Amino acid sequence: MKEKLEQLKAKLASELNAAVDAQALENLRVGYLGKKGSITGLLKEMKNLSNEEKKNFGMMVNELKQQAAESIAKRSQELKELEIKKEIELMPEFDLTIPTKDDRGSYHPITLVQRECERIFTTMGFNVEDYPEVVTDYECFEAVNVPKNHPARDMQDTYYLENGELLKSQTSAAQNAILRKYGPQLKEKGMPIRAIFPGRCFRNEATDATHENTFFQMEGVMVDKNISISNLIYFMKTMLSEVFQKDIKVRLRPGFFPFVEPGFELDISCLICGGDEGCPSCNHSGWLELCPCGMIHPEVLKEGGIDPEEYTGFAFGLGLTRLAMMKYGIKDIRDLNSGSLKVMSQFTDDK
Amino acid sequence: MFLSMNWIKDFVDLSGLDELSLINQFSLSTAEVENDIQFKGKDISGIVVAEIKSVENHPESKKLHLLKVDIGADELIDVVCGAPNVRVGMKTAFAKVGAKIGEIEIAPRPLAGYMSHGMCCSEKEIGISDDHSGIMEITDDVVLGTDIKDIYAIDDIVFEVDNKSLTNRPDLWSHYGIAREFAAIAKRPLKALDLADLSVYESLPKVDMKIEDPLCQRYSCLQFENISRNIAPVDMRIRLFYCGMRAINFLADMTNYLMLEMGQPMHAFDSRKVENIRIKRFDHDFTFQTLDGVERKIDTDTLMICNGDTPVAIAGIMGGLDSEIVEDTHTLTLESATFDATSIRKSTVRLSHRTDASMRYEKSLDPELTVAAIARFVYLLKQYDDGIKVVSALTDEIAYQYPEVTLSFDKAYVDRYTGIEIDNDTIVSTLERLGFTVSVSGDDFTVNVPSWRATKDVTIKADIIEEITRIYGYDNFEIHTATAPLFPTRPEPCKKDEDNIKDILVKRYALHELHSYVWNYADELKEIGIANIGEIKLMNATNPNIETIRKTMIPTQLCQVKSNIGYAPEFGIFEVGRVVSGMTDDNLCIENKILGITLYKKGMNVRELYFKLKGIIEVLADELKHKPVSFEKIEAQYDYEHPTNLNAILIGGKVIGKIGIVHPVVGKKIDKRASIVFAELDVDKFAEIANNSIVYSEPSKFPGIDVDLSFLTSKFAPIKKAIENAGCELIKAVEVIDIYEDADNSSIAVRLTFIDNTRTLKREEVTAVTDGIVAELEKDGIRLKG
Repeated sequence: MKEKLEQLKAKLASELNAAVDAQALENLRVGYLGKKGSITGLLKEMKNLSNEEKKNFGMMVNELKQQAAESIAKRSQELKELEIKKEIELMPEFDLTIPTKDDRGSYHPITLVQRECERIFTTMGFNVEDYPEVVTDYECFEAVNVPKNHPARDMQDTYYLENGELLKSQTSAAQNAILRKYGPQLKEKGMPIRAIFPGRCFRNEATDATHENTFFQMEGVMVDKNISISNLIYFMKTMLSEVFQKDIKVRLRPGFFPFVEPGFELDISCLICGGDEGCPSCNHSGWLELCPCGMIHPEVLKEGGIDPEEYTGFAFGLGLTRLAMMKYGIKDIRDLNSGSLKVMSQFTDDK
Repeated sequence: MFLSMNWIKDFVDLSGLDELSLINQFSLSTAEVENDIQFKGKDISGIVVAEIKSVENHPESKKLHLLKVDIGADELIDVVCGAPNVRVGMKTAFAKVGAKIGEIEIAPRPLAGYMSHGMCCSEKEIGISDDHSGIMEITDDVVLGTDIKDIYAIDDIVFEVDNKSLTNRPDLWSHYGIAREFAAIAKRPLKALDLADLSVYESLPKVDMKIEDPLCQRYSCLQFENISRNIAPVDMRIRLFYCGMRAINFLADMTNYLMLEMGQPMHAFDSRKVENIRIKRFDHDFTFQTLDGVERKIDTDTLMICNGDTPVAIAGIMGGLDSEIVEDTHTLTLESATFDATSIRKSTVRLSHRTDASMRYEKSLDPELTVAAIARFVYLLKQYDDGIKVVSALTDEIAYQYPEVTLSFDKAYVDRYTGIEIDNDTIVSTLERLGFTVSVSGDDFTVNVPSWRATKDVTIKADIIEEITRIYGYDNFEIHTATAPLFPTRPEPCKKDEDNIKDILVKRYALHELHSYVWNYADELKEIGIANIGEIKLMNATNPNIETIRKTMIPTQLCQVKSNIGYAPEFGIFEVGRVVSGMTDDNLCIENKILGITLYKKGMNVRELYFKLKGIIEVLADELKHKPVSFEKIEAQYDYEHPTNLNAILIGGKVIGKIGIVHPVVGKKIDKRASIVFAELDVDKFAEIANNSIVYSEPSKFPGIDVDLSFLTSKFAPIKKAIENAGCELIKAVEVIDIYEDADNSSIAVRLTFIDNTRTLKREEVTAVTDGIVAELEKDGIRLKG
């Protein structure tokens, strides 16, 4: 009997090594340890033995049984490890130079620039306003002190509609409504009026690489007690430095716009040469003309229901279209309204 | 407008100052100076006065002459010259050997077989006129050999000011006005103009003149005789040329010179043609020939200068050909007048004819100028032609006077507006240099605005702030932030929704945002078979192709799809734009802010594309409003809409848009082998919908039961209805897990998920519910599959 035991032990050892997958191992387990397994079979053969022998032999069989179970489990673990190893070995190295194709949408570049500006202004306490494109003569001109016979009202500049309304030629068309909307809070709660209103504007002119009849502006106003020219310069410098992500020098020149007094043309130091040297992009002047601004004309405040003796304010008009072209190096303004996906799909995002 | 520093310096002494930095300061304090400042005379040197002593024809050339010229040296100089106007005894400008003209240095050189030791120059070669018809003729009495720069003011700095930056400053359309600015900037005194005393002619007869129309504000005139001079002095011609005007003849040059110097346009008539000057409009249209020879149509709004009833000039714009000074003109009448600015501007627009004079009148000229300009004219005329004779008294009628402008303010006002400290003395001296009269009492100022600033430019005290600060210099401002109490900013719902919509469409659905125009492009629409529909048109579109304001976004997007079909086999575009959907009772436009989405995909599986779009709408509604969307079949309204599957989009029972398929006629014109679907959403209406917040429900701790049911039908609606009718609260989810369709059969498989939060469900109670649903559907003839 003992030999038989030893033989089984030896046979198991060699068969274990030969078992190379989970199924073979399971067969082996059943073959030795199952109900009809050969080790289990040994116990059946014990009935011919004496009690003493039974006891001894029984112990030995149990020991063998335990050893067998352990070695099968060990072999199982080995096989699992082998399998993982094999799987790792089988994994090919990827060629990362193969381009990945993933459909991405795109924003219009004006949206990207507009959002960036809105973000900056919102952090400075400005409200972002929305305004229609069709406005009345009153909103666009009369309310912002553009007198009846001002050249800006001439037919060749403004698109008039058959009913006498017009497509707004400037975002200032929203000024009166904004002043009226926030004026009460200014007077009752001392909340300064701080608002920007981005929007589409229209001018009746021939288009070419630098002229469009449809373009975007962003108007901003701030009104409070004691808002000064000094505040205006500070604000424009701070805001533009944030827009262009560098320290910008600004300079003001007198400029005539009926809705402001005094009115200014604001130049910024050239973004390419920094303003000291002069370069082709600033026409060797060191400065780029960027946006008109000024102290809101007393008549405009008055028309907006605000007493110009008590309150002062500034206003500015940023050309979003111009800004987008500067930022992305777009040379032809007509590309922006071209509706061409070859052009527009490039502007995936710009955060 | 071009400006000569020499001319400016006639009126203000700038010696010892850097002229270039003054010009730069002028740009920052007054009006924009264009970039390229010209240094006149810089390119020429070594040109002297020479006299031609002999002229011989070149033996082989018809054009060339062999000259001997005298430049006051010991020997005469041999020169070969091609100019036609050479003659013995003529004095001319001569470039000696070693002289420089631009890049060229004059050296002795052979010319057609003869050595030429220098060059006789035309005025164009010296750069003082565009006359190149012959060499310059010097008639002035000067010593031979003198450098011409010592005789004539050829060296000059000329800069250009952007006309647009002068629109509100009638006083700056003249050298004298500009000189006043330089005087203020440089803090130097402004010299008074030398004027003739016109009172000495008081006893002479007046001109018969009468203003018969209030559009003429003031008319002044004077008559002269005996003008012998024909050509203007060289220095005058140089200044005119440098400032962009051609020399014509002495009288015309004088009126132009006066206009550039004082800003007052003037006109000289042949007195025989203006025996009784009347200024008026006509009650009928007629044609009138201006002195440039052009026949112009005059209407009843155009102010005319007339001789009795015969028009002789378009007021403020241009004289007539018939009343021009001619060779046998003996007496001339000089006009110096002011007209209503708006009337002149509108006339120039109607006539499409803008002149140097009308440009100035448009700006509201100072009526005080008219007489001063005549006095200056007489003064200069006598300098250059002492034989002239004034034959009338100054005749002057004032029909309109601007009110005098007096403004009062205090120091606190200046402080508040500027935000910096500018002391009282600076305020006073700045204003006085600019011609304002100032009286101060403590911190209170009273300012009288000079006539040349009072026509429209300076009318309120904020205007005074500009005068003080621009001369103070904005670069000198100390800048500081404003302080304000803190308040939260709230985004407008419409803006917020618009931003979020864009993010979802771009980030989640990879759509592309495009911009388009607010009007229809009629030709592009025609190409794809869409009518040009709109509620209103532009009144003054220069291009009839773009006159209709769009009523819906989709036609524009279909044009965009067509132009992009080569871009990719599948893409989607969107725009948040405006349309005019109708008119109010008051005939005002109803403008809507619309989100338009159009999806394009190669292949004919339009259903898949349609459901993708439906899904997009549902996600927008769910993410931004946490509300479900429903759809209702509607009739096609436009020619690009497929009559089938056109649905209104509803949220909470409110229609906010529509979704549909492109009509096959239009679709085929865009791409025969593609599917195109579209949706429109009114962003403002969408924004008005309240946002339900997320309703959180705790997941059940007990397992649920899923039941899959497959029905033989192609319609989900009755199934949905039957499930709803079952009214079982345990049904927590209904999912369509399969749709099968072939020629004979169609089926829809749904999965119902039953969950109870308090207990484990029993199979029987679930089956009872599903059996009920199956039974109800069977009544409608919808049976379970298999």
